[in-house]
Amino acid sequence: MTSVAPAEGTASVERVREVLAQVTDPEIPVLTIADLGVLREIAVDGRRIVVTVTPTYSGCPAMDEIRADVRAALAAHGWHDVEVRTVLAPAWTTDWMTEDGRRKLEEYGIAPPGRVAGPVLVQLRPRVGCPQCGSSDTEEMTRFGSTSCKSMWRCRSCREPFDHFKAH
Amino acid sequence: MNLPTEPLAPLALPRGPRPPGSAGDDPDVVTYALRLGDDALVLAQRLCEWAACSPQLEEDVALMNLALDLLGQSRSLLTLAGAREGRGRDEDDLAFLRDEPDFVNVQLVELANGDFGRTMARQLLVAAYAVPLWQGLCASADADLAGIAGKAVKEVTYHLDHARSWVVRLGDGTEQSQRRVQAGLDEVWPYALELFEADELVQRLVARGVAPDPTALREQWSATVQEVLIEATLSVPETDWRPTGGRRGVHTEAFGYLLAELQHVHRSHPGASW
Repeated sequence: MTSVAPAEGTASVERVREVLAQVTDPEIPVLTIADLGVLREIAVDGRRIVVTVTPTYSGCPAMDEIRADVRAALAAHGWHDVEVRTVLAPAWTTDWMTEDGRRKLEEYGIAPPGRVAGPVLVQLRPRVGCPQCGSSDTEEMTRFGSTSCKSMWRCRSCREPFDHFKAH
Repeated sequence: MNLPTEPLAPLALPRGPRPPGSAGDDPDVVTYALRLGDDALVLAQRLCEWAACSPQLEEDVALMNLALDLLGQSRSLLTLAGAREGRGRDEDDLAFLRDEPDFVNVQLVELANGDFGRTMARQLLVAAYAVPLWQGLCASADADLAGIAGKAVKEVTYHLDHARSWVVRLGDGTEQSQRRVQAGLDEVWPYALELFEADELVQRLVARGVAPDPTALREQWSATVQEVLIEATLSVPETDWRPTGGRRGVHTEAFGYLLAELQHVHRSHPGASW
């Protein structure tokens, strides 16, 4: 061993960010909460850590689990003085999803969201490429999928059904 | 987006999410948040009755998604009401431990679902109101309501699109589907006007820039609904009957049964947690 791990208790924003980079979305485990844009802010004041998160949808049932996972990840490093704050404004948008996150989603078989065109309203009739074969000859089967953030599509070229992460 | 203008409140609730920002005693905003929160909670509960009973599997999924959005909006609103009220009540206390006369939702959302046509007719009337309501609240002078609105407005846009496509499909469908969705629309229509009642509380909040003006909401609602009904080849019901009272805690017979189902587990096992 040539390097020495930092002593527990020396939390810095960078160290906390590295630890939270391991916390994934419970419903789409290929994405971290940072990839999703759900992790908004990290503040460290001495031994106290304040992590700010924002929900994707108002009723997102994953939020309770994400808050618990954040606490557990930090506690595993000896950091127990943690507050997880939930803020609603500004409202989460898929535009906050990282490029890395979009690539991971596509590899996972979920078509990533397009960019939200306007400042407020969602894009209701997007063009979506098939994550299996890349064809753009696809159709929406239903606007609502297994989670609030996804819709169900199928590809007319390779005939595979797939999920699409809605631009929101 | 507006930034909070008042100091942040300390953590006040015993459990659940952290209460939204502003503190202070503001009974008008408490009641207003309760009204909107109860509307969303009760409609979410009604929509959940369609689980495993929808005409298609995709519709089961869609209606549960809509219900989840409404439940989420309700949780934010009830948490806000509880935090501002300052009596230590959280979202669960407000949802599960109030009795029928304490609920201030409009009667429209508590009516029994009826058939799928009637359910979609109500969805249209509610969503056509919810879109301009939340658009207006995005600019609310109350930063917490504006924050909730920023999320809700995106969600209810989907709700309106969903209701619009079903009402058009059923109305401009078969003889039977048209007859049934028209009958459903006729039954729920008189109850919709309660959404636009401007009592003194609403007038005070409009004057403060906290709430959007119900008169303007009604104009936008009428335009949206009429456009959809024309496309659906349905007629606008004509009636002078105007049931009212939900905002004062007066409810229809159907509501007690809904509340019993909503509340009994929580009340039967006080303090239980997962």
